[in-house]
Amino acid sequence: MSKVVELERVLELVKDGMVVMIGGFLAVGTPETIIDKLVEKGVKDLTIICNDTAFPDKGIGKLVVNKQVKRVITSHIGTNPETGRQMNAGEMEVDLVPQGTLAERIRAAGAGLGGILTPTGIGTVVEEGKEKILVNNKEYLLELPLKADIALLRGSKVDAKGNVWYNNATRNFNPLMATAADVVIVEAEEIVETGDIDANNVVTSGIFVDYIVKEGK
Amino acid sequence: MDYREKIARRVAMELEDGDIVNLGIGMPTMVANYVSDDIEVILQSENGFIGMGTAPKAGEEDKDLVNAGAMPVTVKKGACFFDSATSFVIIRGGHVDATVLGALQVDAKGNLANWMIPGKMVPGMGGAMDLVVGAKKVIIAMEHTAKGRPKILKECTLPLTAAGEVDLIVTEMGVMEVTDKGLVLKEIAEGVTVDEIKAATEADLIIPSDLKQMNV
Repeated sequence: MSKVVELERVLELVKDGMVVMIGGFLAVGTPETIIDKLVEKGVKDLTIICNDTAFPDKGIGKLVVNKQVKRVITSHIGTNPETGRQMNAGEMEVDLVPQGTLAERIRAAGAGLGGILTPTGIGTVVEEGKEKILVNNKEYLLELPLKADIALLRGSKVDAKGNVWYNNATRNFNPLMATAADVVIVEAEEIVETGDIDANNVVTSGIFVDYIVKEGK
Repeated sequence: MDYREKIARRVAMELEDGDIVNLGIGMPTMVANYVSDDIEVILQSENGFIGMGTAPKAGEEDKDLVNAGAMPVTVKKGACFFDSATSFVIIRGGHVDATVLGALQVDAKGNLANWMIPGKMVPGMGGAMDLVVGAKKVIIAMEHTAKGRPKILKECTLPLTAAGEVDLIVTEMGVMEVTDKGLVLKEIAEGVTVDEIKAATEADLIIPSDLKQMNV
């Protein structure tokens, strides 16, 4: 069964108030077409989990500018002044998470782990309110898993079974998020026949992917 | 030579053949331009690859290949791409030999503040907290003062990026090492006196008998 569907079909799945993971690093490896359609549709009160809020006119930044985001869990907002403005105005909640911790919290959710222990953030505001655990006389923070209702990802080549290959630096958070959401949607730069991506080069197995849409439609 | 080039040139001298290095955005990125041709330094980019090369020629940019500051880059032969979890396995797991970062403040205990000014500027920590905790050597490359005000303090007043992780501070005025006893002034720039660098530094500086000139 092909997982390739029309864009309209997946847009219906994203509803007000949902927790949504979006792949990409400064909008490289981000599903721009799905984001553009979500901006048109105007779905609101989203909680977005992402590496960064990109730029006002690019990637996740467009959802921020259009005031569709209630809360963002992210490592960096410095390239999008609108995120900072909404945060300071109390219009949007921003949870800043160290990038490596963000990656591991998503991985933990996808891997069925109860959390991860990291030295990152010890002695900083990041440790506030978190349990500290001593292992072999070294302190670690217990960081909890991050799950989502939907993951919106971007693949360079995707086959009909949902196997994904990512070109260059577009990989980033995409393979991690593919494992940590109830529904996983991949926007494909190119859709290929099943088998056209050599099994050695598949990065995200199709077992993680529910729907595939073609970019630019 | 402008002060940024001077600092970048001096930091480049700290790197050794075969080192895996992560350079922060801004002045630290310039360090790559001054690494000696006699050694190979492998650059890690936290958005997911190792073996970063120079900027591409105009017209040869690849939309899928940028550095952690979204600037187009290239990769060298032998490069490798990976996801963000693996990127931070490399960073946090102690596989990065040196990281070079800028700072808002750094102090005599090796504490670093470089990710926010409450109420003013809150860009987020990105990968900086993991880098500073995980890299074997943490080098701070920055201007010695901010508009004349010291940035090298007895104790940081801004929210920390990490506690006690900084090893070396390189500025246009000199090179300082963080030790158990405090900051040791290892090298002083040409034309700068010990009194001048002390006056520009809030933290106490230990002046060793073998203080050298900072040659770049």
